[in-house]
Amino acid sequence: MIRDDDVRHVAELARLELDEQEFERYAGQLSTILEHIDKISELDLSQVEPLLHVLDLESVMREDEPTPSLSREDALANGPEVQDGAFRVPPIVRE
Amino acid sequence: MEYEAVIGLEIHVELSTRSKMFCGCRVEFGGEPNTRTCPVCLAHPGALPVINRQAIRYLCRIALALDCSIPEVSVFHRKNYFYPDLPKGYQISQYDQPFAVDGGLETVVDGERVRIGIERVHMEEDTAKNVHAGESGRIAGSVYSLIDFNRSGTPLVEIVTRPDIRSPQMARAFLNDLKNTLLYLDVSDCNMEEGSLRCDANVSIRPAGTSELGVKTELKNMNSFRHLEKGLAQEIERQKQILEEGGRVVQQTVHFDVATGTISALRSKEEAHDYRYFPEPDLLPLRIGAETVEQVRQEMPELPAVRAERYVSEYGLPDYDARVLTSDRQLAEFFEECTGIYGDAKKVSNWVMGELLAWLNESGSDLEGCKATPAALAELLGMVDGGEVNANTAKEVFAEICSTGAAPAEIVKEKGLGQISDESELEQLAAAVLEENPKQLEQYRAGKEKVIGFFVGQVMKKTGGRANPKLVNQVLRKKLSE
Repeated sequence: MIRDDDVRHVAELARLELDEQEFERYAGQLSTILEHIDKISELDLSQVEPLLHVLDLESVMREDEPTPSLSREDALANGPEVQDGAFRVPPIVRE
Repeated sequence: MEYEAVIGLEIHVELSTRSKMFCGCRVEFGGEPNTRTCPVCLAHPGALPVINRQAIRYLCRIALALDCSIPEVSVFHRKNYFYPDLPKGYQISQYDQPFAVDGGLETVVDGERVRIGIERVHMEEDTAKNVHAGESGRIAGSVYSLIDFNRSGTPLVEIVTRPDIRSPQMARAFLNDLKNTLLYLDVSDCNMEEGSLRCDANVSIRPAGTSELGVKTELKNMNSFRHLEKGLAQEIERQKQILEEGGRVVQQTVHFDVATGTISALRSKEEAHDYRYFPEPDLLPLRIGAETVEQVRQEMPELPAVRAERYVSEYGLPDYDARVLTSDRQLAEFFEECTGIYGDAKKVSNWVMGELLAWLNESGSDLEGCKATPAALAELLGMVDGGEVNANTAKEVFAEICSTGAAPAEIVKEKGLGQISDESELEQLAAAVLEENPKQLEQYRAGKEKVIGFFVGQVMKKTGGRANPKLVNQVLRKKLSE
């Protein structure tokens, strides 16, 4: 079982505001996931190489060639607030 | 009580690739805001990152130059946190399987060689640039911030040292040697003012001679060598005072204010960092392969320490000269090119270390802002040898070349600085000097031979220092014996 404090902590890190109902639901889901992982941990995996990625591919890279960027207009089109060619955001640190 | 400082540095280096780390937007400094962005570096849903091969090669160069071991496989992770300069809500970085580990770099402090251990070198991406609007221009108290994503996604290498540094001077010496090494590698312009080289420091103090580590603070973003040294000294002093007053150092991030020279704490709720790292599912593991490493090793430029040894063995320079000349790649190249033309390495070394460095110092310029070419210095040295200009005047001429880039012969001609080697002209001057100074002449005649130095000086004065001193001496002796 996951502790209530852990759920609150994770929610805060993810900037999620949970009401009582949501809290119960997610706490339950998280517990199920952790229990499942506990179950897997019962297996002896000492001889198994960790899987780094589900795709059987490695080291896909591209050459260092510049490609066209978006126009500034397009780049800023989704910004809720725009000023002087930049995205405008509220104060970052509150005192 | 005697305390000793324990310092570790975290250095961030922006790579000078043509395109960004995970997308094809151009990497440049400055420019109109938000003109070099795309769905990847703006974090539009569904956009996928692809690794820049050149960035990995540059990273590999750095790892090799820092004597690190490079595991076969490294893995990218997401470092999760919320900040407006980070559009995805995470930074792609590396965590428990970094690109390179366990290296070191030698530096010299007070004439002593020390090796500073390198814990790890890893690849990540730079964030966007914030401009904070408000009276202070600082993040605290700002009214709003403007975000420019041009820098977002620039390849960024993080280099973490072991806590092997014991003084602000040592930190500065190390950072200087690291910067020099990176410049030799041609992987970054390392411009601290523009932020392509940035340095944070972890600082703690402990009673001298003990081995337990004290509580550390993190000193952020010092944007010059001087600030690094000053900031560290200030922070060490602050911690000493706390301990001496019986207090305890609190683990926190602190900021060195350049203007006031004081340390202040950055109060932030993010203090307890919990980045919830997990493997980046959008990127495959990176297997570098022995072949690629070997290939990069073959292409490695000659590093400063190796070059310095070569200057001693090949050119017969003193160790000191070799170290000074190789302390800057451009300076070393200037020296080599000039020596290639002129021949006498020690003489070139004297001029480069003396006159060229003096000019750079005085003008506050770097070598790029200096208009003198190695060929021009070689030509000037040839003119000194040929008696066309005397050594002292040549120094003036050289400073002029540095500022204007004019040809040595032209400066000499235009300013009438040519050495006077015309015997009849000098004879006239010598005669005049003897006539104008009867008292000294009498002394000389009475056997006080040293007075000849005075006469030489007077003739030099009349010619504005341009006379050939050897010839003046000869002419005077001739006149005096008449």
